Amino acid sequence: MSLTMIFISAILVNNIVLAQFLGICPFLGVSKRISTALGMGAAVMFVMTISGISTWLVYYKLLVPHNLEFMNTVVFILVIASLVQMVEIVLKKTAPALYQALGIYLPLITTNCAVLGIALLAIQKEYSLTYAVCFNLANAMGFTLAIVLFAGLRQRISLNNNAVPKALRGAPIALITAALLSLAFMGFSGVGR
Amino acid sequence: MNKSWENFSRGFIRENPVLVMMLGMCPTLGVTTSLENGMGMGLATMFVLIMSNIVISLVKNFIPAMVRIPCYIVMIASFVTIINLLMSAYLPQLHEKLGIYIPLIVVNCIILGRAEAFASKNNIWQSFLDAVGMGGGFTLALSLLGGLREILGAGSLMCWHFIAEDGYPVLLFIMPPGAFLALAFLIIVFNKISGAGK
Repeated sequence: MSLTMIFISAILVNNIVLAQFLGICPFLGVSKRISTALGMGAAVMFVMTISGISTWLVYYKLLVPHNLEFMNTVVFILVIASLVQMVEIVLKKTAPALYQALGIYLPLITTNCAVLGIALLAIQKEYSLTYAVCFNLANAMGFTLAIVLFAGLRQRISLNNNAVPKALRGAPIALITAALLSLAFMGFSGVGR
Repeated sequence: MNKSWENFSRGFIRENPVLVMMLGMCPTLGVTTSLENGMGMGLATMFVLIMSNIVISLVKNFIPAMVRIPCYIVMIASFVTIINLLMSAYLPQLHEKLGIYIPLIVVNCIILGRAEAFASKNNIWQSFLDAVGMGGGFTLALSLLGGLREILGAGSLMCWHFIAEDGYPVLLFIMPPGAFLALAFLIIVFNKISGAGK
């Protein structure tokens, strides 16, 4: 598979949120407004790319030589958790503006199963380092696209909340909106096959 | 009401982790294409939850408060590795179907949530009951959703087939959009029954 195909497949065809169900918690939780959705998307892209590099290196340079592949879940979650902490500290010192923008979303990412899930999938698919990094970035872009579109829809619905039947208000209408968005993305299935 | 009964029963209906608290959404939506998958995922999560609640309530007094979350995560990840290896050895078919979602039990917010909110403050017996209740509620929700999607989307349930060979079920329900849709309607019905929507 070429690099372009990885991007098309991850963003549109096999969207990480709408087709693979990874990262549903932030998708439902931080999508009330487009601006917060964009912030979350940017933070996820940032962390996921770095975590793609570091988990790949840890797996192939540390775990494989010592025959510890079965420890990957334990090691990856620790790498990601400490990475998020480190990124937060480094950003605070070196890029205060970026830290201001991403600040509150960074700690939330540790519990984002998309980061761990994609790191594990990249290993499962036996990608090289370049491919693994692109795979991570592409999936993070897919996450951002999905959450921003979803936030836009929810923002419109919240403007006219009285039109929503009482039984559907809150979680159910959000899930139905997500279902329709996922249905729209199914239109891409088969692209590039 | 008796305190033990209270801790045990809470997870099933009143504080159901999936249908009321909306936690652990990724496996809920991702694996529930059939009753078998939903129940398998629920039981695997329940195992990890029971073990982590027991161990955390045992060691709660030895862990400094500052580093408790990383400690909990390492313990949870160890139990997830155990169930992952056990399932790939004894239930290879189910393990293949659940795939990436087995290692992802680590980041299931229900488990860390119960560790932090309950097991770190209560004794072993109460933590065990809480884990069984919460795990049971999770399994119940996943089985309901899996069963609903299997009946509608495949026209079958476990080994019973409801529709003729040439009939066609509502395929949408075993595809990704069907997961969101089925969960939405399950929550509506659940709210109606439990009266939580008032």
